[in-house]
Amino acid sequence: MTAALLSIRGLYKCFGPLQVLNGVDLDVARGEVTCIIGPSGSGKSTLLRTVNQLEEVDQGRIYLDGELIGYRARANRLTPISERELARQRTNIGMVFQSFNLFPHMTVLENILEAPVGVLCRPREEVTREAEALLEKVGLAEKRDAYPRHLSGGQQQRVAIARALAMRPKLMLFDEPTSALDPELVGDVLDVMKDLAKGGLTMVVVTHEIGFAREAADTVVFMDCGVVMESAPPDQLIGAPVHERTRAFLSKVL
Amino acid sequence: MNRESPGPVPSIEGPSAADAELELRVGRRQHPGWWFATAAVLVMAAVIVNVLVTNPNVGWDHVADYFFSTDILKGLLRTIELTVLAMVIGIAIGVVVAVMRLSPIPVLSGVSWIYIWFFRGTPLLVQIIFWYNLAALFPVLSIGIPFGGPTIVSGDSNVLITPFVAAVLGLGLNEGAYMSEIVRGGIQSVDHGQTEAATALGMTRGRTMRRIVLPQAMRVIIPPTGNQVISMLKSSSLVSVTSLPELLYSAQLIYNANFLTIPLLIVASIWYLIVTSVLSWGQYYVERHYARGSARSLPLTPPQKLRRRLVQGRARWEARTRQGGRA
Repeated sequence: MTAALLSIRGLYKCFGPLQVLNGVDLDVARGEVTCIIGPSGSGKSTLLRTVNQLEEVDQGRIYLDGELIGYRARANRLTPISERELARQRTNIGMVFQSFNLFPHMTVLENILEAPVGVLCRPREEVTREAEALLEKVGLAEKRDAYPRHLSGGQQQRVAIARALAMRPKLMLFDEPTSALDPELVGDVLDVMKDLAKGGLTMVVVTHEIGFAREAADTVVFMDCGVVMESAPPDQLIGAPVHERTRAFLSKVL
Repeated sequence: MNRESPGPVPSIEGPSAADAELELRVGRRQHPGWWFATAAVLVMAAVIVNVLVTNPNVGWDHVADYFFSTDILKGLLRTIELTVLAMVIGIAIGVVVAVMRLSPIPVLSGVSWIYIWFFRGTPLLVQIIFWYNLAALFPVLSIGIPFGGPTIVSGDSNVLITPFVAAVLGLGLNEGAYMSEIVRGGIQSVDHGQTEAATALGMTRGRTMRRIVLPQAMRVIIPPTGNQVISMLKSSSLVSVTSLPELLYSAQLIYNANFLTIPLLIVASIWYLIVTSVLSWGQYYVERHYARGSARSLPLTPPQKLRRRLVQGRARWEARTRQGGRA
């Protein structure tokens, strides 16, 4: 079936007088990697953060696997769901932040176990085995008992990816995952993400790494001024952009 | 590399390497002023100690007599009791008021603001005397439905508010205002990204506060709380004005009878010093526990510094004697 795993319809959001999202529509198919590119202030990070309701929207709907996120449609109104219910929906959506946000008072392993054991109430031994496998996958098996501050930025980000994956999310969101990294550490993180993409994980990645988008994305989305200007496979969007603004942006970053 | 073939390049192992390293040792900068300052301070210290030891008015024999007297020890116990109870009340109120202060509900944050404003803005001594005289304001205390509803329990204020209760209330409520600011500072010191990461992992607000924010806030909350405990131990002497026989008032009772004012004040002071020293020592270990994952910012304690200095000093001395022996 080709139904989209994530559907965003008519999303509007403003911060005070600033209209950040101006009617965004976006579909992400199951198992696909979507990269969102665009100039800063174009609303791409905000869009990502609305998907798991870290930002509330003013108008519009977000569906994950057919389920409306954050709200319940009742008659003609959308009423917010309870905090507990929203927390449950968020367990299906993994998120990786620009600034890693590992919990500094916990070891790498504790960071990964915290939510699957504490929130999903899965048995600790089982999750530990899984966590070790995940650490193996991101190349940090020997760091399981280290504290985050003993890791480089690239290692921290790979732990953050493992932590999100341990929840077995349906969808993974990456918010500029390599923007805070030293240039020589970017490659390790991108390699892990490429592996995940090959493994069939559904991913939405806000990034400035055009090379990564070209290589790993199924769809590249160009956003500007709070709307999706253009959306196409990478060859087409990066190779032969239709829109004038896409061309202007790409000429600056390539 | 071994002893038979000493080369110019020092290796990590081998006695010749150690020798080579010694020859390259950087000399220490000389500070003649330091010696002068040290000598001046030592002379002054000697003068003070001499005056204290030889002045017969100090009455060291009386200090020794009363140091372990039953009344003094009972007073000490009462002081510790007051400190613990007032701190428990203070911390409990502090956490509640801090969370209220950070609440988006205006009435809650407003009420906590007024609480802090009032209890920080009036002298502790006045508050203690106020609680002690509560019976003059409310002769009868009762619990029941307010605004003319039925009363469930009631009692005479003079019976309920004993000097001890008045002291605990006065110290605890005042402490709550200070603790709430400390707790608020701690909560606000935790990076917002931590809350976002926890939220994104599906944690509820309560769980995020308990598992992620508060443990990290503790690192910021604990050091000033330790200071508050030490400060509370000393502030508790203020309740001596309500004739509550804690450590200071116990000493006062004795010297009012025998006029050994100075010896008994020294007895009380030494006990205060002993307890505050024990508290500072305990504070260090609690701080270390909560510094997990960020130990970089942890300062050395005085005993550790002393040990390090001794070790370094001995190493230098050994190096010098070895060098001297060779020359």
